[in-house]
Amino acid sequence: MLTRVEIKNLAKAYGQRRLFSNISVTIEYGTVFAVAGPNGAGKTTLLRIICGLLPPSAGEVSVSVDGRVLSAGERRAKIGLVSPDLELYNELSALENLEFFARLRGLPFSPEEARDLLAYVGLKGRENDLLAAFSSGLRQRLKLAYALQHRPPILVLDEPAANLDGEGVRLVENIIACQRKRGIVIMATNEPGEVAYGDRILTLGPQGHGCLPQGSAR
Amino acid sequence: MAVCRKDLRVEFRTRYAYSALLMFAVTVMVTVSFTVGGFLPDSGVAAALLWIILFFSAMAGLPRIFAQEEEKGTAAALRMAAAPETVLMGKYMYNAVLLFSLAVLLVPLFFVLLNQSVLLPGLFLAVLLLGLLGLAAVSTVLAAIVAKAEAKGLLMAVLSFPVLLPLLLTAVKATHNCLAGSREGVAASMLLLFCYDGVILAASFLLFAYIWDD
Amino acid sequence: MAAKIILGIWLAAVIIASFVYMSSTQGLGETGRIIIYHVPAAWIAVLAYLMATVNSLGYLRRHAIRLDRKAKVSAELGTVFCLLATVTGAIWSKAAWGLYWNWDPRQTSIVVLLLVYGAYFALRSSIADEDRRARLSAVYAIFAFLTVPFLVFIVPRVYFSLHPDLINIKERSFAMDRKMLVVFFSSLLGFTGLYAWLYNIRLRLEKLLHRAETRGEKHR
Repeated sequence: MLTRVEIKNLAKAYGQRRLFSNISVTIEYGTVFAVAGPNGAGKTTLLRIICGLLPPSAGEVSVSVDGRVLSAGERRAKIGLVSPDLELYNELSALENLEFFARLRGLPFSPEEARDLLAYVGLKGRENDLLAAFSSGLRQRLKLAYALQHRPPILVLDEPAANLDGEGVRLVENIIACQRKRGIVIMATNEPGEVAYGDRILTLGPQGHGCLPQGSAR
Repeated sequence: MAVCRKDLRVEFRTRYAYSALLMFAVTVMVTVSFTVGGFLPDSGVAAALLWIILFFSAMAGLPRIFAQEEEKGTAAALRMAAAPETVLMGKYMYNAVLLFSLAVLLVPLFFVLLNQSVLLPGLFLAVLLLGLLGLAAVSTVLAAIVAKAEAKGLLMAVLSFPVLLPLLLTAVKATHNCLAGSREGVAASMLLLFCYDGVILAASFLLFAYIWDD
Repeated sequence: MAAKIILGIWLAAVIIASFVYMSSTQGLGETGRIIIYHVPAAWIAVLAYLMATVNSLGYLRRHAIRLDRKAKVSAELGTVFCLLATVTGAIWSKAAWGLYWNWDPRQTSIVVLLLVYGAYFALRSSIADEDRRARLSAVYAIFAFLTVPFLVFIVPRVYFSLHPDLINIKERSFAMDRKMLVVFFSSLLGFTGLYAWLYNIRLRLEKLLHRAETRGEKHR
């Protein structure tokens, strides 16, 4: 399955405030694409547009598998998303969360496989605890499991290492390294260390700071 | 199916929606029973009261189903994993189950507290079923709209009432006939309710993607 | 400009004619003159609401914000004319039946219309994002419109009507003579012109407001 993401002349504006414009990139199979930039530069927005969760103001995103362009619904099924805006269910346990999303995606659910996945993201022994009792780091680990569950060809990671400890950061590194062999990673981050994973890097927003102009304060 | 089961499981653990729904309905009914002294002279008034209680209970208890997903951020996880129609179907089934289980407790209580008797019980149940199915359909799709707006609590009743008016008028009239034991016009009313439910459901499935996706 | 003046003269002539030129109606007496204003107002309300629905559908299909503006302006004007029809109707009802309000089917359906569009504006004012507001209010307008055929069918079954019937010729309780028909149709035409004029002004205003808003944001 050769997957490819094509972004053509993409622009997004809220009202009249232009976030970004004229982004054109082709992301080929086997690449890690990193989006960097300061807060408010539009990293999360760009990722949401790629996932089809937000319409762009102009331009288009097309995802193709083996040369066939996917519809918006098919596209979502091929993407695994981790994002601070995406939460799982507090009232369900880790295992129940995975079971629910597996059934929703129409996948066969096997508890053993789900346990293996949970062990991989470092949640061994917490499978049956309700999410309400999880710390933010443990939640982030479960979100990684949610994104990997259907083995998507495209992994979209928005601040994937948020709230994670040193071991968790290594888990993210491992996930990115494995995904590069199987498809595409699209990642947004502020951490210079994480940006460095990127085979290609897109920096949004103004480059660096100038000095504040002399105001009327003096 | 999965969405409905997930919601039922969550609801079973927390009981937010159901307890609020039930207590609201019981409070309204006890208030009515108190103020009229337990006797209603007219079964037409009783029929109207029953549907008013059901309407406002639905307005108070059901808008949460979508607002909760949006507020807690779980809506994005749903959007990524399922087609809009799957979500709508699950939420609709959950709403219908919730309303039926409300009616199972509320309706017997209604007959006891307000000293009503029903002369055509079979037809009455059929009218109730059709009415509740429509009520669930309208409140599901409007709850999805309201979840994306401010002032959620107030907006729900305001938006629903005009849309539900054909259902309420028909259901009240048919319920009145069933209570009073007159078969006249009940079949026509049921046909009307059936068509209304069908039209609202069909429109919901056609338009839901516009509401759900940004 | 010329159109505006012609419209003013035309409507002034209709008003004068409704009191001077035409005679009082058979069956309704002097109060029947209100028909010259009441019926066209109701007609414009229906026309405007219909345009609001059509533009809402158009917005969902083509996603152009100008269609949303058209829907909104139509709904506003529809509500103004609907209120005029309600008030003139209530006044006539008091004169003819002794009561301002008696839940006649026509009164019931006009109240439902007012409620629907009241809810429509409540919804619009509670959504900040322009695109989302346009989409959700369009969906709501379509849902509300879907209930109309049901109401047309149900309301007359529930409530008994005394409203004079303009359409049903066999049982009509009054008749318009030739002079009255002339004034009536002139009024209908005048009201339609008035609506078109108001519609254009409101639409232009909305466009200017939109432009001013976006320009303000650019300078911020």
